[in-house]
Amino acid sequence: MLIKLENVTHIYDQEQQIKALDDVDLEIEEHEFIGIVGHTGSGKTTLVQMFNSLIKPTSGRIVIDDIVTTEKKADLKHVRQTVGLVFQYPEHQLFEETVYGDIAFGPRNLKLSEDEIDERVKHALELVGLDFDRFKDRSPFNLSGGQQRRVAIAGVLAMRPRVLILDEPSAGLDPQGRESLRSLLRRLHKSYNITIILISHRMEEITQLSTRVIVMDQGKIVLNGLPKEVFKHKGKLESLSLELPEITEILFMLKERGCNIRTDIFSVKEAVDEIIKVIGSKENAK
Amino acid sequence: MLSDITIGQYVHSNSIVHILDPRIKIIITIILITSLFLIGNFWGFAIFLGFNLIVIKLSQLPIKKVLRGLKPILFLVLLTLILHIFMTRGGEVLFQWKFLRIESEGLFTGTFMASRILLLIMFTSILTLTTSPLQLTDGIEYILKPFKKIGVPASEISMMMTIALRFIPTLMEEAEKIMKAQKARGADFESGNIIQRAKNLIPLLVPLFISAFRRADELALAMESRCYQGGKQRTRLHIMKLATRDIIALLLSIGLAVLVSFF
Amino acid sequence: MSLIEVNNVEFKYHGQTEPALKDINLRVEKGDFISIIGANGSGKSTLAKLLNVLLRPDKGNIIVGKHNTKDKDRIWEIRKNVGMVFQNPDNQIVATMVEDDVAFGLENIAVPSEEIRKRVDHALDLVDLSQYKKHETHKLSGGQKQRLAIAGIIAMEPSCIVLDEPTAMLDPQGRKEVIETIQFLNKEKDITIILISHFMEEASLADKVYVMNKATIKMEGTPAEVFQEIDYLRDINLDVPIVMEVANGLRKKGIKLPNILTIDGLVDSLC
Repeated sequence: MLIKLENVTHIYDQEQQIKALDDVDLEIEEHEFIGIVGHTGSGKTTLVQMFNSLIKPTSGRIVIDDIVTTEKKADLKHVRQTVGLVFQYPEHQLFEETVYGDIAFGPRNLKLSEDEIDERVKHALELVGLDFDRFKDRSPFNLSGGQQRRVAIAGVLAMRPRVLILDEPSAGLDPQGRESLRSLLRRLHKSYNITIILISHRMEEITQLSTRVIVMDQGKIVLNGLPKEVFKHKGKLESLSLELPEITEILFMLKERGCNIRTDIFSVKEAVDEIIKVIGSKENAK
Repeated sequence: MLSDITIGQYVHSNSIVHILDPRIKIIITIILITSLFLIGNFWGFAIFLGFNLIVIKLSQLPIKKVLRGLKPILFLVLLTLILHIFMTRGGEVLFQWKFLRIESEGLFTGTFMASRILLLIMFTSILTLTTSPLQLTDGIEYILKPFKKIGVPASEISMMMTIALRFIPTLMEEAEKIMKAQKARGADFESGNIIQRAKNLIPLLVPLFISAFRRADELALAMESRCYQGGKQRTRLHIMKLATRDIIALLLSIGLAVLVSFF
Repeated sequence: MSLIEVNNVEFKYHGQTEPALKDINLRVEKGDFISIIGANGSGKSTLAKLLNVLLRPDKGNIIVGKHNTKDKDRIWEIRKNVGMVFQNPDNQIVATMVEDDVAFGLENIAVPSEEIRKRVDHALDLVDLSQYKKHETHKLSGGQKQRLAIAGIIAMEPSCIVLDEPTAMLDPQGRKEVIETIQFLNKEKDITIILISHFMEEASLADKVYVMNKATIKMEGTPAEVFQEIDYLRDINLDVPIVMEVANGLRKKGIKLPNILTIDGLVDSLC
């Protein structure tokens, strides 16, 4: 088991006893792609910060890669190396004079050799699709917003984490930027066997990428399962004022109107095919 | 959490001291502090101490809070006391051991200076404990108004303070976030000697400054589009009005100041 | 006489070789809800700043009410008349307390205190933030912050509000709140709205849409007219709502559909 949370509770306001996490149990296996959804304040950001010990729970037990991080003398260095975290608007954390320097920051903190650092920076830049020779000496502050974000993500990838957490990584990106981010995440998951945990408000992103979806509300995990299972619970999701993926909504509405149509489809192409199949057969029946 | 730090040390309440006009409170504090330096004997300090205790009682402030405010300057007070005790010469010799010698003049001056510092801090902390930063800002603006004629930019100073107050929590939150992000990349903010630690702060400070400048830029634009024009005369939503209690408080304090200064 | 007239405007930022805007022509009537969409760098935010006289055109003229934005004596009058809401909710709030922030603009134009009180209360009421009057601004949610920014503008009683990507940094909930507020102000209070966005869902609520790309206006029309050109809109890197993608896919497979803007629209025409 890569990540395991037992009865984890986090109270962030002692006086008013406000719980950011409320008795959460969760297990994450190697090589999963987890999508986390929930409205602002549901506890999802607090949850993922537990994974690399940036926040300690008020009570409960957390085990990351066989290290019990809730114990006092836990090796947090190893944990933070295992679990990489990309915050929202990660480009706001760039600080070095050069792209190279910024990406090398993490590996330097790991006290790696210069050769190893060099190799990691090269590889990280390659992963995010920026040319090493063209970008390494440029100032990160003179890049476009989308490029800055990629440099920031490369900075985390250079730590070679086995688990990569991303908090709203596509916020503010244009459609092309989002598409290249999506393909990066797919590649990291498929070709590099990285376990990915993605927080996103974009249901399309969640449905197209995740192998498992977790829905959070008021510090609790309320739904947990395959995308097609989770998004079956239309009423539940709506009661949490969460949006359904648009495709799911279309298919559900067609079903309500009496079409005998599948609702567990998440790509435009398949949805189009399914609608044609159903509508077509209806026309034939007439 | 960093963002929980309250600005200043204001404790909310509706006591008589809290609801006094901030301008009056600032003026009273200035008068009392000035008279602190005119006091010639311990009677004056005793009267002031008594006055302080009454005000604290009236303001319903927990005495602990006021004492906690004195803590940071305790070192300074002790240092003053010790230096004077051992260095100031004059009067009878009270104690002698090898080269250490205490004379009565030193003991007197030492205690005198220490009491002065303690009372000074007590006066100012009562002001900041009972007056919100916002009210303080407004009060300062009004008090500085007459000095506009000689070129003191009163409203600009107050606008700067308002904006600073507004953005401190935002920047605190941001600092916390950046810190976490750099920690996630293995940064260490806690260990090492002082130089090492200062150096370790660069990954926090650079992004924080960049963000502050970006915010300042955008804020300036937003203010301009909302018709802010620097020195031009502005009106205010809240108008401060003096009540009878303000006048009474002011007169009382002046009386007290005169009393301690000249007896 | 239109409320805002933009005639053959060209604008170039200092030190840039390419203009940020060229051949811009636009007419906004009182009570209109128009939307300007375009990808990052298409020039749409620059256009917003020109309307509020934060910038002035190099060529051509912008007439707001009766005044040319080049007339330096009229700047403050124009800014009062055309309010502006920016993208970042944090960086446009000046005061620590909600009501003080709404009062900021009014204080700047020297409105008497009693009048400020009335207008502040009314504006907060319109954006449904009355119960937060004495709250600290930094504790509001993103959507509430943007509604506060809108209240600060409507308190100045402008005839038009320009909103520059007001929802880009918000979560779905905040986005909904802001869009509902904008629609309310337009429909019920007859305030002219110019909404700059890269979300086509939001733009589809407008009466008229302008599509910008590479410093010029490439298309204009009703949302139904403009959003037919899905392939073009995708090409210029705009967010095409998925329902339109599905409709487009169905059309390509030979299913006849009218112009689709919403999920209801699609479902209605299929069943």
